[in-house]
Amino acid sequence: MEWVNFVIALGVAAAMAIMLARLFAGPTLYDRVLAVNSFGTKTVLFLLVFSAIAGRQDAIDIAILYALINFVATIAILKFFRYRSLEIALAQMSLRKALDGEYEK
Amino acid sequence: MFYGVSLTAILVALWLTLSGSYTLSGDYPIVMGLGVISIVIAVALTFRMRIVDRETVPVAPAPALFGYWSWLGGEIVKANLAVTRLVMKPEIDIEPRLVRVPAQQRSGLGLCVFANSITLTPGTVTVDIEDDGFLVHALDTSFTDPAGFAEMGARADSATDGRRKEVK
Amino acid sequence: MNWGEILQYALFAGSVAAMTTGLVFVLAGAIGVIRLPDFYTRMHAAGVTDTLGAELITLGLILQAQDWQTVAKLLLVGLLVFLTSPTASHAIANAAHRAGHKPRLSRFHPAHPAEAGKASGEGH
Repeated sequence: MEWVNFVIALGVAAAMAIMLARLFAGPTLYDRVLAVNSFGTKTVLFLLVFSAIAGRQDAIDIAILYALINFVATIAILKFFRYRSLEIALAQMSLRKALDGEYEK
Repeated sequence: MFYGVSLTAILVALWLTLSGSYTLSGDYPIVMGLGVISIVIAVALTFRMRIVDRETVPVAPAPALFGYWSWLGGEIVKANLAVTRLVMKPEIDIEPRLVRVPAQQRSGLGLCVFANSITLTPGTVTVDIEDDGFLVHALDTSFTDPAGFAEMGARADSATDGRRKEVK
Repeated sequence: MNWGEILQYALFAGSVAAMTTGLVFVLAGAIGVIRLPDFYTRMHAAGVTDTLGAELITLGLILQAQDWQTVAKLLLVGLLVFLTSPTASHAIANAAHRAGHKPRLSRFHPAHPAEAGKASGEGH
């Protein structure tokens, strides 16, 4: 019964390795961000299967945290590379746009 | 006030689920006390930000949304099989397209649900939002059926706020 | 064999079926991310794993779970992935589009078996 979870964990780890390959090979920044985001989703899955294998419930809490941090990190990376700043709130971006009218190409 | 009470109830259920302690004996008063403090701080902060309304606490449209999700699940399975078949072919044969999809949802929540449903269905991703519709990137020409988008849009509209006229 | 054991075996079989199908979708998405020619098309392949694969593996673990708290936490993880993954996909696609990244819209089809897997030309 345990070996099923083990096989699933190995498969998810293989998918993570492929994502790492895309992360290093990706020609553009967006390929890399996509690979990081997808890698994070697979990490969540790996943690869930690990909690079932090891019988440790706290790994599920870590998985919940990882899902949230993964989402916030993706948004933060994209925001930084679009606006080159993390200081402005997203809600005030239109105001900033009106002020310098410059950030969109 | 209704949304504030619903938000508090949701947060209490979340805390009880994650901490797993329901009694006040032993060490549990500390856990419960920390929970009460965090919930009070979270609710106070959301009220201070003035974002407690129909959209951020979607309690009223939730039953209709669950019905919509079950229909969406079937669509996701079908689209997943199609994308998997395209990817697994020995020779990749695809023809990507950028199409404009008109959106006539009457509420902001309906528009949001429709755009997220398009993205959630594999093969189509909402790339940009325009004045009267979405710019959608499709993996192949077989995913750009206007009737499919129209049906999904109508279902998203009636599942969220189809009766309410105002657009935020 | 009483009903309890039969139920246990049925749950185990359902769990194995769900997790194996989910793993197939996860691996299909990963292979698609390697094989597809363009950023926007790779995004579709990554979406495959995020939607159905993650939900199916979570469903399989729910069928294995022993107590209600684990079930509730796994449901929470499934809901979070279900809600955040389309938003993240749209954010990446929108950022690439706003930065002027043009998708290639020509038909992608290797002309010759010897050239299979090699992207031909700069698409627009």
